[in-house]
Amino acid sequence: MTRVPLEKKVLSENDRIAAELRSMFQAHRILCLNFISSPGAGKTALLERTLEGLPRETRVATLTGDIQTDNDARRLAGYGFPVRQISSGGACHLDARMVQRALADWSLKEIDLLLIENVGNLVCPTSYDLGEAAKIVVLSAAEGDDKPLKYPATFYKASLLIINKIDLLPYVSFSLPTACENALRIHPGIEILEVSCTTGQGLDNWRQWLNDKRLATRAPANRP
Amino acid sequence: MHELSIASSILETVRAEKERRSGTRVVKVGVRVGELAGVDPDALTFCFDSLVNGTDLAPLALEIEPRPRQHRCLRCALTFQVVDYEVSCPVCGAGETQLVSGDELELAYLEVEEP
Repeated sequence: MTRVPLEKKVLSENDRIAAELRSMFQAHRILCLNFISSPGAGKTALLERTLEGLPRETRVATLTGDIQTDNDARRLAGYGFPVRQISSGGACHLDARMVQRALADWSLKEIDLLLIENVGNLVCPTSYDLGEAAKIVVLSAAEGDDKPLKYPATFYKASLLIINKIDLLPYVSFSLPTACENALRIHPGIEILEVSCTTGQGLDNWRQWLNDKRLATRAPANRP
Repeated sequence: MHELSIASSILETVRAEKERRSGTRVVKVGVRVGELAGVDPDALTFCFDSLVNGTDLAPLALEIEPRPRQHRCLRCALTFQVVDYEVSCPVCGAGETQLVSGDELELAYLEVEEP
């Protein structure tokens, strides 16, 4: 019996495509963001409020992943920006190849912000790099404030945590300080924003965050 | 259940290696799974066995080496295991520490029988 060392990543093929996407995004100075959450945390609502607040001339495109239906794409198409549904065909996550295929006939020259709404799932999407500049995890006040501890990988890999549905705080047992503390235990330094897509509370801070990142992506210092 | 697609990626590599070394039989594949990898070892084993059974690759064992989360202290350079999400340095107390392992999802080795 011989032991042959392999020393390669299990998802090396996905990582290879993701690296291609990432250098393509950098070359076109596109800010790509990957939104991850459990089902119903409000990813689509957050994207709706985001698109709604962007100036008409914004060069933004959205990819939205779902196992079935194009409901989300139809919701998001109402804001006048290009949207494409990726049906994952039963898969519980998007992978880099699905993104590559979805972008194949889009001119990247016409985009400078690409929003990817992953399949609603706090576990599986974490393992698949999509070439994004940042993962954003959305957690809602209708869930448990211990979610960061239960799904550490997602919270560890996300750059930003958006706590949504804060208008529900008076009616639920979710503790905002506990949720933040748990997220910081898993990922010291994770940025945290608190918003309500229903009342609009906190969305200015999110728009500011997005704007800062877009400016940084376009800054000459970031030229590849 | 992304463990099924992960098991399938592992088997793609096994198949490619088997073809590259014609005539060898692969009997075991070793995989490192970090606690931050977001992969459940039991589910991965279940999916792996389901995909292998009844194919020309069977019997093929999967050995999972779980990797705990380890951080290194940026002040005193101690490497320590993170227990109960406590990421501060247990010796000097510094809060500035960096992940050094625990997010792996890697193919470590194959065990083969040469013809």
